[in-house]
Amino acid sequence: MSELAETMQVSRRTLLKASVLAGGGLMLSATIPGIARAATGSAQAAPLNAFVTIAPDGAITIVGKNPEIGQGIKTMLPMLIAEELDADWDKVAIVQGDSDSRKYGPQLAGGSFATPMNWIPMRQVGAAGRAMLLEAAAKRWGVTASSLTTSKGVVTNPANGKTLTYGELATDAAASAVPDPGKVALKDPKDFHIIGRKIGGIDSPKIIHGEPIYGVDTQLPGMVYAAYERAPVFGAKYLSANLAAAKAEPGVIDVIAIPGSGGPEQLVDGVAVIAKNWWLANKARSKLGVQWDNGEWASHSTRGYDEQARAFMASGKPAESLNKKGDTAAAFASAAKVVDAEYHYPFLAHVPMEPMNCTAQWHSKTGTMEMWAPTQTPNGGQQSVAKMLGLPEDKVVVHITRSGGGFGRRLINDFMHQAAAIAKAKPDTPVQLIWTREDDVRGDHYRPAGWHRLRAALDDKGKLTAIEDHFVTFDLPGAGGFNPATMPKDHFPYAFVPNASYGQSKMKTAVPMGALRAPTSNALSFVFQSFLDEVAHEAGTDLPTLLLALVDGAEAEPAQQGFFGKQPGFDPGRMRSVIKKAVAMSDWGHASLPQGHALGFGYYYSHLGHFAEVAEVSVSKAGLVTVHNVWIAGDVGSTIINPFGALNQVQGAAIDGIGQALSLAVELDKGAVTNSNFHNYAIPRMPVAPQIYVEFVPSDNAPTGLGEPALPPVIPAVTNAVFAATGKRIRSLPIDKKLLATA
Amino acid sequence: MATLTINGETRTLDVPDDMPLLWALRNELGMVGTKFGCGMGLCGACTVHVDGVATRSCSAPVGSLAGKKISTIEHLGETPLGRALQKAWLDVDVMQCGYCQAGQLMTASALLAKNPNPSQAEVDSAMQGNICRCACYGRIREAIQIAAKEGATADV
Repeated sequence: MSELAETMQVSRRTLLKASVLAGGGLMLSATIPGIARAATGSAQAAPLNAFVTIAPDGAITIVGKNPEIGQGIKTMLPMLIAEELDADWDKVAIVQGDSDSRKYGPQLAGGSFATPMNWIPMRQVGAAGRAMLLEAAAKRWGVTASSLTTSKGVVTNPANGKTLTYGELATDAAASAVPDPGKVALKDPKDFHIIGRKIGGIDSPKIIHGEPIYGVDTQLPGMVYAAYERAPVFGAKYLSANLAAAKAEPGVIDVIAIPGSGGPEQLVDGVAVIAKNWWLANKARSKLGVQWDNGEWASHSTRGYDEQARAFMASGKPAESLNKKGDTAAAFASAAKVVDAEYHYPFLAHVPMEPMNCTAQWHSKTGTMEMWAPTQTPNGGQQSVAKMLGLPEDKVVVHITRSGGGFGRRLINDFMHQAAAIAKAKPDTPVQLIWTREDDVRGDHYRPAGWHRLRAALDDKGKLTAIEDHFVTFDLPGAGGFNPATMPKDHFPYAFVPNASYGQSKMKTAVPMGALRAPTSNALSFVFQSFLDEVAHEAGTDLPTLLLALVDGAEAEPAQQGFFGKQPGFDPGRMRSVIKKAVAMSDWGHASLPQGHALGFGYYYSHLGHFAEVAEVSVSKAGLVTVHNVWIAGDVGSTIINPFGALNQVQGAAIDGIGQALSLAVELDKGAVTNSNFHNYAIPRMPVAPQIYVEFVPSDNAPTGLGEPALPPVIPAVTNAVFAATGKRIRSLPIDKKLLATA
Repeated sequence: MATLTINGETRTLDVPDDMPLLWALRNELGMVGTKFGCGMGLCGACTVHVDGVATRSCSAPVGSLAGKKISTIEHLGETPLGRALQKAWLDVDVMQCGYCQAGQLMTASALLAKNPNPSQAEVDSAMQGNICRCACYGRIREAIQIAAKEGATADV
């Protein structure tokens, strides 16, 4: 194992405890302290809780602690435990844990963090359990544990062929000494029989029968339904409404004006309509006639932002410097060629298929808010709802349900706050809040729009001697830990160009913004990889050649402190290997393509994953772009834990990115979003999906996540292919058909 | 008051005639397998069969369905074709979040009942009304072709 892989593991130490399960059997509890920035903000050891139980009948139950949003984590984390436990996967049941960061450590679906965070600790839990079962068998037979073997939930003594099942040993094992998880031997990867196997989603057999497993499927006795009317204009305040008219509608039980609390990430002003059937509640909204005070924000529009941003870029002077090195002025003065281009990308919505919803019940006797929430950040939602209600955290109980998609939308729990506020007003009545798709499209926390003016200086040999970026973005003073309207100040190729200067200017806004799958990367990949394609063209070469030349001879950066502890630094060696692989897969530079087809290239490093992608496109006379094939080479470390899930994530990410390139933009006028549903926010449909060829390039690094890093490079691969096919540069997303139309 | 035939059973509902079938299923009958996605017949998550035809239940008022045979995802496994599709869905591990899959399966089964051996273009055309936000489209195509090869029928 490489030094880098090890640096990802040293900062944590799993603590284990064993006890006898009620009725016999082993309960193995684990806690994983030392993960930087745990949801509680502290890295101290927390109370232990059961991760694994082995019943006397051999049934193994593993807690899936993180929210499942379609990224496959509920299947993948237990695979790590079961592998080292040497369990029979067919006998493993997985249950979803509730929100409790003190028991489980941070429970988060975001940032593609779960794989690197859990790769070693989850395996240690399993290995420690196996050691205890071996110890119990050794005692029973009066032999040494090291003389015994395990396979699929059975301990065997090779000397005499005797066997004992894990179930038979479980109760005894609970009395065994608990080994130090940091010292238990982990399997040699060549002995893996669960890791690396194509294992289907653990909930899939329920999904194909329509069983109730999503948040919106929650059903409780006496439950009522709520719809929430909020201001169309961001930042607006509630003035008045005709509550009585809505209450007089069929089926309506109550209508309640709810004052906002905190910002848009918590609770905005609104009116809740509660009825015995959600359709009736939603229908009665039309009678509310809410009057809003729109304040200064009603004049805001995407066109207005674009005009402001273009003026900033034309001025040539960023309001603030982000990063600077060398002498860019001298480099531009002596340049043989200068490339100067303005790039733009729009606001985007997340639109997961399951609309925002949350079920809540205020238990007045115990003073407890009980919630059923499809959320990516259950710990954050629990803490924030507790704060809003003035309750201690343990008086907010959050059951984590499966989410019908996330994409970053459910990192923000505004819907949980709404449900809690409504339930508090209807004590001891379960209330299910559901948003319409229109509420979702118009009430999102959007991927920020952004503008970049990029300039590059080339010397007479075509070498890139200087790069400048003037980034125009939004001022988001209220953004929490992660501000999506930012860029890394050393964004590639900063480190590999002798003279560079990045600066930014910011605009005022009330539009809520948040992280969308591969945040910042999904936009910056388009901007920088498209611009570098322009540079390559001016230099008389192509993008993969330019990229390889830029990092020629460069060494890996040292490991650095990241979101969850030490992470490997950027490694040009891994970049080279995926670029070379994608070039080979696509026959780049040599491919014989049908008339009118062309290839484009993109590379990006994000979420610790390196991806190089090639798109084959054609453009119709009407300017319609079709993506025919995509070749993807990715390096996410030594091991693909579940090839089923891995491939699905990569292929889905590529189509997601193609949708962003071809058709998606959220527009604002008069302070409100003008899109409303899937007819004017056109998520890709089946005919858009190209053939996608994926190869993983293994490297000597701990495995990292796949929810995000395959998305960013496909966008410039498509736009660069459009240039190759038409000679027209795409500098604004989504691709404008009118720009490409020839008839 | 509406009387509907759902999955072979007669159900009487005290709801307005203009209530979409989706909300009668989900909130009145507790049949939550059929999903809400858009409310406008744009995404296909709510697809059911009405007399064997793939129909968007979010846009089908219960008043229009008297005397018709309604079939939902909860009933899909009752036919050989439904079972073949469900098995193919698991064999190729179609889904990510899975939320749209009830609708995908119902549209796919209506397609194969009518056209047992569709080309890829016919599959794409029949399935384009069903959005999969996770974009598992390649696997949906593959699973439909696998089920088609089984040659199973929609008859019980």
